[in-house]
Amino acid sequence: MSKATVIPFGPQHPVLPEPLHLDLVVEDETVLEVIPQIGFIHRGLEKLVETRDYNSFIYVAERICGICSFGHSLGYAETVEKLMGIEVPERADYIRVILHELSRIHSHLLWLGLAADAFGYEALFMHTWRLRERILDIFELTTGGRVILSAVCVGGVNRDFDAQVLSTIKEKMDSIRSEYKQICNAFLKDSSVKNRLVGVGTLTREEAIKYDCVGPFARASNVAIDCRMQASGAYSRLSDFQPIVEKDGDCYARLKVRLLEVLQSMDIIEELIATMPAGDIAVKVKGAPVEGAQASNALEQPRGECYYYALGNGTKNLERMRMRTPTTANLAGMTMAMKGCDLADVNMIVLSIDPCISCTER
Amino acid sequence: MGAFKLGGMTLKSVFKKPETIQYPAETKTLPEGMKGHIVCDIEDCNLCSLCAKRCPAKTIQIDKAAQTWSINRFQCVQCGACVRECPKGCLTMEPTYTAPSTSISVTTYAKEDAAS
Repeated sequence: MSKATVIPFGPQHPVLPEPLHLDLVVEDETVLEVIPQIGFIHRGLEKLVETRDYNSFIYVAERICGICSFGHSLGYAETVEKLMGIEVPERADYIRVILHELSRIHSHLLWLGLAADAFGYEALFMHTWRLRERILDIFELTTGGRVILSAVCVGGVNRDFDAQVLSTIKEKMDSIRSEYKQICNAFLKDSSVKNRLVGVGTLTREEAIKYDCVGPFARASNVAIDCRMQASGAYSRLSDFQPIVEKDGDCYARLKVRLLEVLQSMDIIEELIATMPAGDIAVKVKGAPVEGAQASNALEQPRGECYYYALGNGTKNLERMRMRTPTTANLAGMTMAMKGCDLADVNMIVLSIDPCISCTER
Repeated sequence: MGAFKLGGMTLKSVFKKPETIQYPAETKTLPEGMKGHIVCDIEDCNLCSLCAKRCPAKTIQIDKAAQTWSINRFQCVQCGACVRECPKGCLTMEPTYTAPSTSISVTTYAKEDAAS
């Protein structure tokens, strides 16, 4: 008769992408229960809002996480704009959404590469990251930075995209698209990928709703939840937007959702470039948020819905800035997806939620 | 056959120009607007201190008595807030990174008439 054993897994482990600790209760090779623990890289960034004025905090917000760096600066700026009743010029909205969708492509390509690396497909990992490099080149060309962009300010954006920059982005998108389709073909049709992912870490639709899962993790379990459906900013100018949803709820479905979302983001970028309006890129922001004014905002980050809350106190420093990040919401669903899985599949399931512990702990 | 779906792409890569460069023998052409390091045209600067007030990393020091503008490049986060704020347009962002150093040093620009 076998006996249940607890295996400590992480925060430092060769297969883990992020410092997450899991206590795995296993019997033989089967995981019975998972107890997650976080708190290894808390930096207290939200507290800094008391010592930085609302304009300067944007540079702190974008350092919350390296991958969703642009998303956090955008989410924070939109929250402060709601707090102060600022209307952003339409062109700035377009530039913000283009950069945000480019961030989504770069985040998903990074994840796809890590996934390929995790199941031992080195060539696929290299090719995926080779394509991601081109997105970083676009960032470097348009904003001057590869990871930390400092492109958003409260009231708009810091740099305009001229016609030449827009055509360069379009050319790069075209060049990526043809090669990306071959990568999709390898991910979706290669038997070695399927052997490793199909039926692994299944989360049902009911469980995904019960545990408040968000982003591609929830969409892979047939939950059509995507903040872009609210059609705020330039998303309202899109001719059509339907979230990408899969039904199976396993690691393979999560991979498929992210693969297709990259193509969807490319379509969004091309449509916005074609319909980009002329005009200003920022409005002058004066004054400070009124005392007691509150604002909240939800933004679809590459990993899922990120919620922002801000409270003003009549000075240039905010009273409170709070975030709920997608990984915070997805950790409970992840532990459910792991119940009954093989010990060897744990790393694949952790990876399949695309965890970002830097965001979660801030 | 389910495997080797990436064979074509991998084979093509053998005959294509490499995506990487042989650094340091070759160097990458940097885009014009890249955020490298801040340069101050001190003769145009009126030492108004707006750049120092806006700097989120508090890396700029201005000494009005000595007529100097200083920056600790190792503390600078290359956000460009000072460049956008400067009313005289005397701050620019050059597209090369700060050279590595064995010690943290401060770069100081002094007005010529003050130095003489």
